[in-house]
Amino acid sequence: MGPGREGGGVSALDLLDDQARSVLDALCAQVAGRPSLVAVLFPAVGRRVARGPGPSGDPTGTLGPTLEDLARIELLRTVVESLPPTDAATEITDLYGYGDADEKRAVLHGLHLLDGTVPEVAETVRDLLADALRTNDTRLVAAAAASGAQSLLDDHAWRQTVLKCLFVGVPLRLVAGLDTRADLELARMCADFAHERSAAGRSVPADTRLVLDRFPEHPFHEGPQEG
Amino acid sequence: MRIFEPHIHMTSRTTADYRSMYDAGVRALVEPAFWTGQPRTSVGSFRDYFDGLIGWERFRAAQFGIAHHCTIALNPKEANDPRLSEVLDVLPRYLAKDGVVAVGEVGFDSRTPAEEKAFRRQLELAKEFELPVLVHTPHRDKAEGTRHTLRLVTESGIAPEMVLVDHLNETTVAMVHDSGCVMGFSIYPDTKMDPHRMVRILSEWGTDRMVVNSAADWGHSDPLSTLYTGRAMSAAGFTDDDVDRVLWRNPVDFFARSGRLLLEGTTTTGASFEGNSILRGERPEGDAG
Repeated sequence: MGPGREGGGVSALDLLDDQARSVLDALCAQVAGRPSLVAVLFPAVGRRVARGPGPSGDPTGTLGPTLEDLARIELLRTVVESLPPTDAATEITDLYGYGDADEKRAVLHGLHLLDGTVPEVAETVRDLLADALRTNDTRLVAAAAASGAQSLLDDHAWRQTVLKCLFVGVPLRLVAGLDTRADLELARMCADFAHERSAAGRSVPADTRLVLDRFPEHPFHEGPQEG
Repeated sequence: MRIFEPHIHMTSRTTADYRSMYDAGVRALVEPAFWTGQPRTSVGSFRDYFDGLIGWERFRAAQFGIAHHCTIALNPKEANDPRLSEVLDVLPRYLAKDGVVAVGEVGFDSRTPAEEKAFRRQLELAKEFELPVLVHTPHRDKAEGTRHTLRLVTESGIAPEMVLVDHLNETTVAMVHDSGCVMGFSIYPDTKMDPHRMVRILSEWGTDRMVVNSAADWGHSDPLSTLYTGRAMSAAGFTDDDVDRVLWRNPVDFFARSGRLLLEGTTTTGASFEGNSILRGERPEGDAG
């Protein structure tokens, strides 16, 4: 699996000052020496390394990873490099399971690091994405939707990701694969969603256009009105 | 009057309480992990409870402009249940988290060997994670239980200013004052302290290292009893600065020793938490949910 679009080549190492980088390097070295330590070092990253908006400028981490997310991703990378794939997946599942919302978001931003070619690992990744997409916490939904690991979801599950984003107000431009995977079935779902909203006298999210406008020849194109 | 509520069990309270607390001047609070009334039977119940303290309850408080922190521990009462001894094994994950500002409530309920073992182990964890300790003192045989508590604290080697000994009264204040620990008083109708007795203690012992809380929970309690104590202090001639010291600066100074206080983020948000919006219904038009 390639790096997720939220990674986009941006690494914590490029954004941190020298002191924060040396603290992060030390944490990574500890985890490399004893991977189970990540259980207590991962939560401590915000106060020990850095926190604040990342390249997206969004301090909530919805529009892109925060500084602490990027630093935590480096710890995830160390775990993945230090353990066999299934053990790494188990460790990362625990980080998610015990994590607060910030820690969960960081795990989601780092899921693309896991080796999705191993079937058990891919299953674990799908479970975590599904968990995040069940919530209505827009920070988690956005991180799951933007993950490069969306490529492990089948088309139906991926379309549900898009629809969930539309529903809770996560910008569709964040969704991994929107350019390559949007199909007629997704367009039909978005049109039905728009129709349901219109019938209830409610506004239709403008982002619906990001899908429908890809199919200008299709009759449902004229359906929804922007709200 | 600004109030830092250093001990309240919001899990058992309503959103109306959050609203009235904010109106009374409460801007930050600490929710200690404790007994929830119904005994738990498994480690999983504790995990869900701890997750609520670092997650849902923090989110809920933020809706009302209050910064929520918590303390994490296996409480003395449930330390006696062998089915729950493994709770001690999951504590390190939680003690590493932002917003977890102490190990607590630890201490004694009936002063059993199981309670002492859990207490000693958790004092060690506090040292390991460089966290303050919030100690519950027993309702029965309180004075002896408090003496026993102070012995264990001394043996642990933890600095006394890192320890808050709570639920004190007229019979236990002197020994804790002498120990150098921070002194906590719960203003709790009927069974603990009331505002006027609290004012008498402050008049006698001063405001240094003194912390006042409501300890409000599922029992007969009042989340505004810190406010009432502040008013009683003013009526008795204490200055506004004295009141601010007891109701804000003292608890902030104590919990700041964790390095984990999050006092800047108290604005409201419109988000929902893991599928549950406390609005319980439609979002404003144009904001799907």
